[in-house]
Amino acid sequence: MTGWLSVRNIVIVALLAALLLLPVYVELGGNRFLLTLFTRIVILALAAGSLNLILGYGGMMSFGHAAYIGIGGYAVGILAHEGIFTGFVQWPVALAASALFALVIGALSLRTRGVYFIMITLAFAQMAYYIIAGLARYGGDDGLTIYKRSQFVAPIDLSNKVQFYYVCLALLYGSIYLIWRLVNSRFGLVIQGSRSNDTRMRAIGFPTYRYRLVCFVIAGTLCGLAGALLANHTDFVSPGIMYWTRSGDLIIMVVLGGMASPFGPLFGAVALLLFEEMLPFVIKLVGTPFFGEAAARASEYWQIIMGPLLLLVVLFARRGIDGLLAKVGAKGRA
Amino acid sequence: MTLIIEQCLNGLQFGLLLFLLAAGLTLVFGIMDLVNLAHGSLYMIGAYFAATFAAWTGSFVLGAVLALVATLMVGMAVEVIAMRRLYGRDHLDHVLATFGLILFFDESVRLIWGPEGMSLPLPSWLNRSVQILPGVNYSAYRLSIIVVTLAVAAFLYVLVMRTRMGMLIRAGASNREMVGALGVNIKLLYTLVFGLGAALAGLAGLMQAPILTVQIGMGENILILAFVITVIGGIGSIRGALVAAIFVGFVDTLGRAFFPDLLRMVLSKDAASTAAPALSSMLIYLLMAIVLVVKPEGLFSAGQK
Amino acid sequence: MSEPKNNPMLQVSHLAKRFEGIVATDDIVLDVAAGELHAVIGPNGAGKTTLIAQLSGQLTPDSGRIHFAGNDITQLPMYRRSALGLARSFQITSLFLDLSVLDNVALAVQAQAGHSFHFWRNARAEPELREPGRALLARVGLSDRADWPASVLSHGEHRQLELAMALAGSPRMLLLDEPMAGLGPEESARMVEMLRALKKELTILLVEHDMEAVFALADRITVLVYGRVIASGAPADIRANAAVRDAYLGEAEAEGAGHG
Repeated sequence: MTGWLSVRNIVIVALLAALLLLPVYVELGGNRFLLTLFTRIVILALAAGSLNLILGYGGMMSFGHAAYIGIGGYAVGILAHEGIFTGFVQWPVALAASALFALVIGALSLRTRGVYFIMITLAFAQMAYYIIAGLARYGGDDGLTIYKRSQFVAPIDLSNKVQFYYVCLALLYGSIYLIWRLVNSRFGLVIQGSRSNDTRMRAIGFPTYRYRLVCFVIAGTLCGLAGALLANHTDFVSPGIMYWTRSGDLIIMVVLGGMASPFGPLFGAVALLLFEEMLPFVIKLVGTPFFGEAAARASEYWQIIMGPLLLLVVLFARRGIDGLLAKVGAKGRA
Repeated sequence: MTLIIEQCLNGLQFGLLLFLLAAGLTLVFGIMDLVNLAHGSLYMIGAYFAATFAAWTGSFVLGAVLALVATLMVGMAVEVIAMRRLYGRDHLDHVLATFGLILFFDESVRLIWGPEGMSLPLPSWLNRSVQILPGVNYSAYRLSIIVVTLAVAAFLYVLVMRTRMGMLIRAGASNREMVGALGVNIKLLYTLVFGLGAALAGLAGLMQAPILTVQIGMGENILILAFVITVIGGIGSIRGALVAAIFVGFVDTLGRAFFPDLLRMVLSKDAASTAAPALSSMLIYLLMAIVLVVKPEGLFSAGQK
Repeated sequence: MSEPKNNPMLQVSHLAKRFEGIVATDDIVLDVAAGELHAVIGPNGAGKTTLIAQLSGQLTPDSGRIHFAGNDITQLPMYRRSALGLARSFQITSLFLDLSVLDNVALAVQAQAGHSFHFWRNARAEPELREPGRALLARVGLSDRADWPASVLSHGEHRQLELAMALAGSPRMLLLDEPMAGLGPEESARMVEMLRALKKELTILLVEHDMEAVFALADRITVLVYGRVIASGAPADIRANAAVRDAYLGEAEAEGAGHG
């Protein structure tokens, strides 16, 4: 039994508080860029959380999850392009479109398992990518600028960066809570049991296919919401946000943060994005005294480290940050 | 009429190229149970090596041969350094690790060759048309691709069906532990199989280089098609990969060539030009969806998985 | 051959299944009367597990029919058979190893409790699921392991949990696939006692290698060799049957003497 004062819980509370207070820090003279960066982190944590639902808790290894970011984002973008700026239409459409896509793809893909499932979700997501990239009217490969963010009723004004941040944060915290309730409900236990041993679940009487499909649709819809938020955040959508390598990024966040844990996706998003932002900077900082110019050049290729790093995570830190924190806490008590 | 023949040949050629890629993927998965997302990276490396060696030696063929050898060696090195540790692990681990490999290869290529991409020009004796039928000319190079890939397919057939190594491959595909227990050097077998897959991918990459492009990320685009083919053909089945690849090659090529015209007959000109590119890309995936509904294990699945 | 009772609980007619040219079960005819404990024995590779897989719905037979309690269940998907009252345990431990022991059994209870499209209440705090779960654990002697992760149980305790889960839906009939597999002498004896007690409440089809257990419990025995039934009847008849001795019992007695 973990006590309330475990290392992990302390880190979680600290992180949640820090996220809440970030805009205050920025107002008091902190770097404005942090607000932009952390808005993005929060949105991607929401997306990763939706993937954690099917991947971490459900064992469904979908490699096409970024498609929903694209669908949600383009729902907002396309409607805005056609002159419909009200969020009360845009966001429900984004959610509905994502849900529909998830329903169709899930219905087909969930009849398969293992590697087939990975490849199929990947292929369908790429199909969505190519379809959207082929829509010349909405910018095709070049993308679509969004001139006005989703409009709601006053006093909500999403073009206010601080307000927007808090909207995203509220949605993130809300989704974490909802997912937590979901995975511990009867429905959630069916999903977890199905991950653990699907054959046994069917043998004891669960028609697991339909539960997994519902879970898949919930996850896709939630990710569509993240897409709508992202479109607002960047005031721009392009097919690139749903390219299959983006799905890989989401998977990395989920695994890095710790699968099947409520705050894992948040850990993962924070870790990955901070890593991406800071590593080149750190390389330059640490390397310049020794290697001069070469260090600055080397810092451009920081992505080379990601590869071997992922391999190391897979081999040695499979339970991610959440697992590491739990281990540290356990050692401390022993 | 000539257009149709030409497009059919293009479809065949594209399909055979895809077969090379899919064969390597399905072999590695069938035998080592390894999901290798970085397969496309080997395809890319083959193209880059070929462009470089061809420029150094001045000879297209020599450059190609050297590139093939180099890709084989890179493949075997990757197997020994990274893949070995992944056997027997969860597929998710494979996905993560090989995804990391893609990032590594993409950045390494960018570091070594720069972000610009390269070109691989054809020698004059290949860069011309040949008359294959009265009144029908076709690119000599594309013809040679068809010939080469058919030869490779035949070679693979002989290898898998008639040689001792092939027998080990087929046995390993059905029962890994048994083959190991029989005293066969499984480690070496796996390294060779992975190397073979890498060489096939590299060959595909270098052959398409003069036609399409040599650039970073080229592997990722075509990998998806290889996956679709593997799914349709059935994981572990080379025969399935061949049939599915040719089929996909035809559907994609002919679809892109004639579908827009078909659409224009049904829809207005504007709607057709908006929808055509998008829908043409969808055809392959539609095909895959249909196969999945009818036969989820693929057309020729090897059974076990 | 003893006469089957009228209206047997389970009736298997001419069941056959091939895998790529290998005949796993061939023209199997078998019936189990209500309240009977019917054992199926045979050498390794005789098709016993394939038979259970077809009876439970994991595999679809190539030909033949299966009737349970008057229903034709041949094509019925796995999850519907338990609703009809036919439950199965697995030869190779097939549990939810990353969940707790009580979670495992509570899931089995939940499966019989209508649909699970409940998204809010904490299922681990629902007495309708937890209490029957605890009762089942008590029945098989695992009460004090309730909160342990299933992965840390001993092999014998796994088999007990297997049984508890099979009993969760108050089934009318149990398909037990080698419940003694891998158990030591003490644990085997305990399992035999448990099965003896269960016999009074349900019908059981028992696939087993442990001859002592089989002869201690079975009302009737069917012998499978290479997928075919070579004998079926009362234990004494089977023991005396020459063909069975040749094919199987001789080998099994040697084995039995080995770990007696």
